Amino acid sequence: MRAYLKPALLLVGLAALIVAPLGQGNYVIYLLSSWLIFSIAAMGLNLTLGYAGQISLAQASFMAIGAYSTAILTLAGWPWVVGMLLGVVLCLVVGLLLGFPALRVKGHFLAFVTLAFNSLVFLVSRNEEWLTGGIYGLSGMPRPSVLGFAMTKNLPFYYFTLFVFVVFCGLFYGIVRSPWGRAFKALRENPIRAESLGIDTRRLTLMAFAIGSACGGLAGALVTPLVQYIDPTSFALGHSLRILLMVVVGGAGYFFGPILGAAVVILMPEFLRFTEGYYLMIYAVLVIVLMIYCPSGLIGLGRKLRDLVRRKPVDRGDLKAGAQL
Amino acid sequence: MSEFLQVVLSGLATGSIYALAAIGFTLVWQAAQTVNFAQGEFVMLPAFFVLIALHWLGWPLWAALAFGLVISVLVLGYLFKRLIVQPMLPSTGLPLIIATMALSILLKEGAKQFYGAEAQPYPPLFPQTTMSIGGAIVSMQDILNLVVSLAVVVALTLFLNRTRTGRCIQATAQNPQVAEILGVNTRRMVLYTFLINAALAALASMLISPVYLAKFSNGETLGIVAFIAAIVGGFNQIRGALVGGLLIGVLDNLTATYVTASYRAALPLVLLIIIILWRPQGLLGTSEGRQV
Amino acid sequence: MSAASPVLSVRDLSKTFGAIKAVDGVSFDVRPGEILGLIGPNGSGKSTLFNCILGQLKPDTGHVEVNGRDVSGRRACDLNKLGVGRTFQQLSVFPQMTVLDNIIVAGQEHRGTMLGRLFGAPDAGLAGEADRMIDFFRLTHLRDQMAGSLSYGQQKLVDAAMAFMAGPSLVLLDEPAGGVNLTMLAGLKERLSTYNREHGTTFVVIEHNMEFVMSLCSRIIVLAEGRVIAEGGPEEIRSNQTVIDAYLGG
Repeated sequence: MRAYLKPALLLVGLAALIVAPLGQGNYVIYLLSSWLIFSIAAMGLNLTLGYAGQISLAQASFMAIGAYSTAILTLAGWPWVVGMLLGVVLCLVVGLLLGFPALRVKGHFLAFVTLAFNSLVFLVSRNEEWLTGGIYGLSGMPRPSVLGFAMTKNLPFYYFTLFVFVVFCGLFYGIVRSPWGRAFKALRENPIRAESLGIDTRRLTLMAFAIGSACGGLAGALVTPLVQYIDPTSFALGHSLRILLMVVVGGAGYFFGPILGAAVVILMPEFLRFTEGYYLMIYAVLVIVLMIYCPSGLIGLGRKLRDLVRRKPVDRGDLKAGAQL
Repeated sequence: MSEFLQVVLSGLATGSIYALAAIGFTLVWQAAQTVNFAQGEFVMLPAFFVLIALHWLGWPLWAALAFGLVISVLVLGYLFKRLIVQPMLPSTGLPLIIATMALSILLKEGAKQFYGAEAQPYPPLFPQTTMSIGGAIVSMQDILNLVVSLAVVVALTLFLNRTRTGRCIQATAQNPQVAEILGVNTRRMVLYTFLINAALAALASMLISPVYLAKFSNGETLGIVAFIAAIVGGFNQIRGALVGGLLIGVLDNLTATYVTASYRAALPLVLLIIIILWRPQGLLGTSEGRQV
Repeated sequence: MSAASPVLSVRDLSKTFGAIKAVDGVSFDVRPGEILGLIGPNGSGKSTLFNCILGQLKPDTGHVEVNGRDVSGRRACDLNKLGVGRTFQQLSVFPQMTVLDNIIVAGQEHRGTMLGRLFGAPDAGLAGEADRMIDFFRLTHLRDQMAGSLSYGQQKLVDAAMAFMAGPSLVLLDEPAGGVNLTMLAGLKERLSTYNREHGTTFVVIEHNMEFVMSLCSRIIVLAEGRVIAEGGPEEIRSNQTVIDAYLGG
């Protein structure tokens, strides 16, 4: 019975994603696309942060790299796929380089290095006008076409995004479930023990950054055709913090955490719209309260509640095991 | 040459204000392992408290300044510790970082909602005259900012080293368990640290706002500069944070004048990355000092 | 390699901290299949020696060979690949992973290449072996529990099982008995001896608990002030006057 539950739920979820935009206006479709795209970026950060335990405040800068690569290439007439691949590969390489500081410093120091990196990328995208258009940004990027079918309308582009998202989720799930995923968790939980078990923690740390950043690049490559206008402020530090919020609010280290978190971060402002300018303040207070009472995020909160309802007996079985030995 | 001196002096003046924020940051980090991502907003906000007293309550400047200081210490010191940091202790990892980030959003948006998005003129504390030092024209304001900040740092250092309470605060920061055993009321000492941080932030706010005007988004740069100064200085000592602040102030001015204005903000960041990678203990720090 | 050649060979190892000679010219060999105990009063240099062998500290002089290969300056993960497993003094399981995942992660790095593991089977083909290891340490009923929710003694068992998962030729056990209650201790000792008998794995054990060392080890080396002061079977050591003096005087 339980074995059927998960695939069934997944199918229901997928069906919901397919049905969701039907009959909706452009704005809702835009929001949904943007949710899927930010989910990809947040899932990438979740790999670095939630699974491998390496803090990074630079995810938006990888979205910038992906977005600008795609924008520049598609404006030059190349297909989207080429721009996307270039962006992802660039992010993979730059992410790997950003991983090196993580070999030397941890925790808040790492947070600051990555934060500084994000600001540097911002400065470069603002100042190098010949490449990025400076403060005016780049606009008029075409949307991709698949098999000669152009995605210029919002609904087809949503399905295109959904397709990329589903494929991405499959790949991501593969990584998380593979021995790599287990090794990432081991790195997070106890790096010294992991190293003593033959896990090359240095290489693994670099990989955690590289893969997580590449996901950011993919998300960026999707942002470009979605908004068709990018400028440096779209990828400023504040956006990195937003992506970090998505991961932590949803539940770091859980597969679905960032997807839930992205939904909350992107859709919540819409629900709080009636509060006008106060929504960010309400939002900030909610985050603080969540962090105080349930640092493991909404998924963690859900599990807590579930355990409370089920009244699970205490997990540890000291006594019976003690008697056995 | 006189231009150079001018640039350096005004850099020192802003740098000394950065140092105030950096020192507070360092103290709180030491006492409670709290990396306060809202430190920039802590420096942004007190100016608005002063403005409220001036404009809404119609108080004279001196009373408004006193009001700003008291409210800052209460809100950014006591309430911050009591409502956010304390419930989360002893775990001080990512959740606390996120909570202080959210707090920075809250304070920033609060200032914007209640006082408007435009930069507010802020009354100068010192006469707007200039004087000539060795051919360089420097504003009285810069000189007095420097003097006041340095005086406060010296006073703080004396307090921490020469008084009983000060030494108890230091003992708590270095080893809370041992301090507790020796009969130090560590909770109270941690609280004092938060209050001192708030007071330093308020002072920095009052000194810097006549220059930058009071604006809700001021904290963004101020916060980063305070982190950088604290890290350059070694993250666990006042002297280091002071040197870090002055260094950043001067370097920032020098790059803007002589190298490139568009990459002005990049220099401290590059400096930060280099220092963290090359000497995580800071320029003046020793490698002991608490690590997470 | 002949059967008699040592699994671990420590040659003239020295390490000073400032003015203190923590380890002072220590040499010994560990033969295949034996359980060697390393004991000594506090501050005798056991832990420093252990850390030098495991590459966590760089010795001032001397070198360490595992199966005839010089391992000085190797990283811990490379050492593990050469067949050296270890346990830690403090609890060292991965608390937010299940017992099964703890055990699998301990063996997976020895299967295939890094890239191969990314695309290979999720369990790296180790599920069966991991289950056998879990059964061997009588943790079957805890297989899917989070390791962090287990009792102290149970976590020690998981820790030991992890050290064996890669099929090492040498396992270094750092105070395996520390903090484990008496009932569990007997079980742990019995499991370790059985494992040693069945697989011929060589053990080096650092331990404070004399009873535990005396009944588990086939040979014991006693350190005091950084030097080897005695060596022999449990009975010899028990009646050795130098050892008794070192403990009482130290």
